[in-house]
Amino acid sequence: MWEALKDLFLTYESTLGYIGLNSLLALSVYATLSCGQLALSNAGFMAIGAYAATLLTMEGGVPFPVALAAGAVLPALVAVPLGLPVLRLRGVFLAIATIGFGEVVRLGIVNWDHVNGAQGIVAIPQKTHLWTIFVALGAVLFVLSRLRGSKWGFALEAIREDEPAARTMGIPTAAYKLAMLVFGAAIAGLAGGLEAHFTFMVAPNGFSFGRVVDMLVFAVVGGTARFWGPVLGAAFLTLLPELLRDLAPLVGIEPGPLRLMVNGLVLLAVILFLPNGMASVPDRIRERARARERGRLAPGAAGWARSSRSSGWSAPSAAFAPWTAPRSRSAPARSTGSSARTAPGRRPPST
Amino acid sequence: MISGLLSPTGGAVRLSGREIQALPPHRIAALGVARTFQNIRLFQDLSARDNVIVGEHLVRKASLAARLLVLPSSRAEERGARARAGELLERIGLAERARERARNLSYGEQRRVEIARALAAEPRLLLLDEPTAGMNPVEVQAVAALIRSVAAEGRSVLLIEHNVKLVMDVCDRITVLDFGKVIAEGTPAAVAKDPAVIAAYLGSGS
Repeated sequence: MWEALKDLFLTYESTLGYIGLNSLLALSVYATLSCGQLALSNAGFMAIGAYAATLLTMEGGVPFPVALAAGAVLPALVAVPLGLPVLRLRGVFLAIATIGFGEVVRLGIVNWDHVNGAQGIVAIPQKTHLWTIFVALGAVLFVLSRLRGSKWGFALEAIREDEPAARTMGIPTAAYKLAMLVFGAAIAGLAGGLEAHFTFMVAPNGFSFGRVVDMLVFAVVGGTARFWGPVLGAAFLTLLPELLRDLAPLVGIEPGPLRLMVNGLVLLAVILFLPNGMASVPDRIRERARARERGRLAPGAAGWARSSRSSGWSAPSAAFAPWTAPRSRSAPARSTGSSARTAPGRRPPST
Repeated sequence: MISGLLSPTGGAVRLSGREIQALPPHRIAALGVARTFQNIRLFQDLSARDNVIVGEHLVRKASLAARLLVLPSSRAEERGARARAGELLERIGLAERARERARNLSYGEQRRVEIARALAAEPRLLLLDEPTAGMNPVEVQAVAALIRSVAAEGRSVLLIEHNVKLVMDVCDRITVLDFGKVIAEGTPAAVAKDPAVIAAYLGSGS
């Protein structure tokens, strides 16, 4: 019995580890998404963290915890001079600039002979254990949970919803956005250091544009309205291929392509049917129940009010009818997480 | 422009003698200026109460260390912020709508929440940009009473409004603009007699 459990654990140890690592990476993207910024520099930050931690343990002989900490601090420091200019950009422009940063880091490593260029570093000592990963994940989740309800948590939500309005409330939005980019960079760097000492190797092709898209998909599928949404998405999409491996022979498609197909379908389904991600399910149930309650309290009220208003007050009537306001389903602004939310020109300029 | 979202092309904006036109909006807010918007800009997906709590940003004295260490003081601080938001919603008559998302509130209710959000910063100067646009007469009366009570607390209120009756009712000093030009300035009684104002706003018929 005990042996069987141990076998099961060993079989799934790497899957569990990757659930934790991918959760951290999803949270690193969520950090900037939480204030409405779509920054895709996190594969670059992760690479910096991974290489810094690896070089420190292998060549510097530094204790592992110190190397991990340095792997988190270094990308955070790099994020400051990167963020100061690029966070002035909005929406897709910010995304493109930050993708550029990630590619610069990757190509820099490819051309760095000391770390074997494109071949990467192998035979890294395995110092990351499952518990190391989940302690790190727990610490990040704790910090994020403490932000909720605080003045800083509310400020982030305000920036995400309407940045100029937030500024008139005394919120220094540029500083908040920079702080979250730095925080996300530290998480990504930490995940990079952990992964390098978990899989015994680092190579620049592990930090390509595709990697940061994966992180973003985890966060979007899980949902960014709650801080635990990205963890949900990362866990689901990391487990999915494991389930598909047994399914692959049955449908006659190789596991690799099948995984990509199913991932694409999941992303499509979430964006179409659950625009706020898996984490929004409880909210939607609650909201629908409340809407039903309201309907019971005032039978037919909506129809009456609408017709009577349209007769006299043509202009303000639409704004006066709260039931015509879009509910979560038809709210495109909140749909695909970040990209729609930060699209330039979505808000009319203030007068 | 006073709140700093737009930059003036010339001239100066002074708050208690200090030039503020070059400051960013959050610094101007920190000097005690709060505003509402002509085209309502509530945080649509936040509840009415959370909108007001965001407005408290400048008056919330919290320590990040206390927050991360889960000290009792941080919980007390959060409770205080919620309580203040509850009081403000009560003052604008929306206590029972506190948990409703801003987007589900009616137009008049949204305007009132915006005023509460601005008041949450405990401003010295409150800028109201057409606060009664699209409101019915009963709601306009309530807003007038609210403006008077805010002024009675010792806060300055700068009201931009087309509703001449409301302006005459609540204002101590009126500046009348006609297509961007100042045509009159003074007390309500003086302004109401000004021939240029009568021609532009009040009509010459009666």
